[in-house]
Amino acid sequence: MSDKMTGAHIMCEALVREGVEVIFGIPGGAIMPFYYAMYEYRDKFRHILCRHEQGAGHAAEGYARTTGRIGVCVATSGPGATNLVTPIADAWMDSTPLVAITGQVSSLVVGKDAFQETDITGITMPITKHNYLVKRIEDIPYAIKEAFFLANTGRPGPVLVDITKDAQQARAVPNWNIKLALPGYKPTTQGNRKQIRAAVELLTAAQKPLIMAGNGVIMAGATEELRAFAERTGIPVITTLHGLGAFPEDHPLSIGMPGMHGWVHVNRAIQECDVLFNIGGRFDDRVTGKASTFAPNARVIHVDIDPSEIGKNVRTEVPIVGDAKVVLQALIEEMPTRVATEWMQHIRQLQATHQPKQQYLNRPDTNQLLPHDVYAALNRTLNERGNYRVITDVGQHQMWAAQLIDWSRPRTHITSGGSGTMGFSVPAALGAAIAYPDETIWVICGDGGFQMTNQELATIVQEGITNIKIAIINNGYLGMVRQWQELFEDRRYSHTLLSGPDFARLAQAYGVCGLTVETIDGVEAAIEAAYNHNGTVVIDFRVEREVNVFPMVPQGKSIGDMIEQQPTEEANPTA
Amino acid sequence: MKKHTLVALMQDRPGVLTRAVSLFRRRGFNIESLTVGHSETPGVSRMTLVVESEAVEQVVKQLYRLVEVLKVSDVTDDPAVEREMALVKVHCTNTNRSEIVTLTQLFDAKIVDVASTSIIVEMTGSPNKVQNFVDVIRPFGIKEMMRTGRVAMVRGARTHQGSDYVGVEENGHVAAPTWN
Ligand SMILES: Cc1ncc(C[n+]2csc(CCOP(=O)(O)OP(=O)(O)O)c2C)c(N)n1
Ligand SMILES: [Mg+2]
Repeated sequence: MSDKMTGAHIMCEALVREGVEVIFGIPGGAIMPFYYAMYEYRDKFRHILCRHEQGAGHAAEGYARTTGRIGVCVATSGPGATNLVTPIADAWMDSTPLVAITGQVSSLVVGKDAFQETDITGITMPITKHNYLVKRIEDIPYAIKEAFFLANTGRPGPVLVDITKDAQQARAVPNWNIKLALPGYKPTTQGNRKQIRAAVELLTAAQKPLIMAGNGVIMAGATEELRAFAERTGIPVITTLHGLGAFPEDHPLSIGMPGMHGWVHVNRAIQECDVLFNIGGRFDDRVTGKASTFAPNARVIHVDIDPSEIGKNVRTEVPIVGDAKVVLQALIEEMPTRVATEWMQHIRQLQATHQPKQQYLNRPDTNQLLPHDVYAALNRTLNERGNYRVITDVGQHQMWAAQLIDWSRPRTHITSGGSGTMGFSVPAALGAAIAYPDETIWVICGDGGFQMTNQELATIVQEGITNIKIAIINNGYLGMVRQWQELFEDRRYSHTLLSGPDFARLAQAYGVCGLTVETIDGVEAAIEAAYNHNGTVVIDFRVEREVNVFPMVPQGKSIGDMIEQQPTEEANPTA
Repeated sequence: MKKHTLVALMQDRPGVLTRAVSLFRRRGFNIESLTVGHSETPGVSRMTLVVESEAVEQVVKQLYRLVEVLKVSDVTDDPAVEREMALVKVHCTNTNRSEIVTLTQLFDAKIVDVASTSIIVEMTGSPNKVQNFVDVIRPFGIKEMMRTGRVAMVRGARTHQGSDYVGVEENGHVAAPTWN
């Protein structure tokens, strides 16, 4: 190809070369040349016109998190670019491979406070793996190539490419003969032999070992290896919020989720264990609670592709920098087989006495619709029908989903964990639905979060997407904040009481099916109806309003210190 | 808290210094001094930074997360030459000028400008020596001062060379991105 092309055409061509099949965005002045060129590429990749750039970013994340491929979002300069900041930060915290392309004002006026000029590379510097301000057409192929390379190698993350309007408009013969010049960027995947042997020694000698599996296992595609490793060694497996699905919860070695809203027996087991093998998790403070009291008896082995995560929050005896899959393969070869029955029995005993999952479903005898009724029915349906992804938002409903659904496959539980971004779920589901048109994409969100980004329902309708089913756990509160106010602030419900529109009618206004459920009897029927309806469905589950998520570790407390259930009136003098 | 002297080599790309500085700020690292300039290898910058930290390993690891960073070495406990330069404009009068000149000579510093009521002294030496000089000269009245912060180089044959990490092409240029 020796013809001159515009920078904008080169951008399109570069995306095609990266194998991009879909991008999410909104046009505007500084990115118009790209949109002009994109028109000629409409057979090569799909563009989804979102209603808000935040939606475009989360949609790209939903696509990336469910597929493992890079999500791409596009925005214009200034407000378009700043609207992408929340999803970029979200992708940064959850190590999601994302490439954000933004238009920038002409290089002639960069730095002059031109119309819709914002220093987006400056703004996103702390929340991207890398970013570029491209002012010359010659640099477009290199920048895009390097951006895609960085986004999904090593520890994945967001990369932003800001391209000035004049670079998009200029004409040049693109040079695709690109050699990346990244001599300092060499992610270690292999895992140091010596450390692997040290890990084997520790694990072999351990009496009470635990495996903690995080997002890294899923991102490395290492779920089979994890299973083989656990089965060979008989070590009980914990899955963190982002590790849900890395190990099937119905497996005899699975014990469940740790942390702030993890299970009592899991947190107790962590406090008792003598060796903790963390693979692909970053010891987030919502997992560790007060870090200085975390796993006091444990010698810690930590496998992570990012060396900076090791030893950051928890003192680590055996650091292994590497890819979860590669390291597990090496470990499987070296580990002797064994069964650790006594320790497992002990954990199961703890589980039996401390609020096991089933107790939640053992509902009190009331006619009120409880959140748990919805989860029980959803869990049954998901198990029966399979073929699903669940995208959750942020709040109480998110924690119940993590707790009460039996997760079994990787990339089926998608949530905003590190950032806790309300409004994530609906647009992320849009991205997931495009990636998996033959699956049912369930959204579980709160009435608060739904009101942050529900405008993407219009996008869903315009794109003809029919496989998204949205369950709003409508408690009329910013529930999670209200829970903290109830438990720790003497029920001072300062600005958490929340009204909303009639969600079913709102859904209908968007042209999708809207249902309202107020009784237990209505739950199954509504879920059934959602499956039977060929199109997006929004179900407004109006649940008992002041139900809390338990168990719970109060912020800043040790994970050994859990509130196991609703304090009784006498036990709670403030109530 | 212990002070560490780190030497970092990094690809000379747009914004690399901003990235490093922004990283120190947001991670709460306490930087005492930071200097940056060209290294012996074209396209590679060299940074010396003095950081006060119990967890210097985190500083090093976080620096490595910047894709431009080639090599970071903690040279605190290595035998190293450490230098700093200060330009000091000292107030002087006819009566004390010779006293300032004598002190300057004692410290092996240089007088680079003389005016009727001031003298500019260029003082180069180990950070301690520079500090000593400043302390001694302060009573005369320092009107202006600029200190460069320290630069460091390990003694002996061991090197921290940019060319160990980047391919130098025949013309001496580094294979670096074109948008430099
Ligand atoms: C964008 C954003 N703003 C504020 C918060 C703080 N926050 C965390 S949970 C929560 C309440 C969520 O309410 P809702 O969506 O109704 O879910 P619920 O907890 O009631 O299930 C809030 C406000 C947040 N996580 N994200
Ligand atoms: Mg709510």
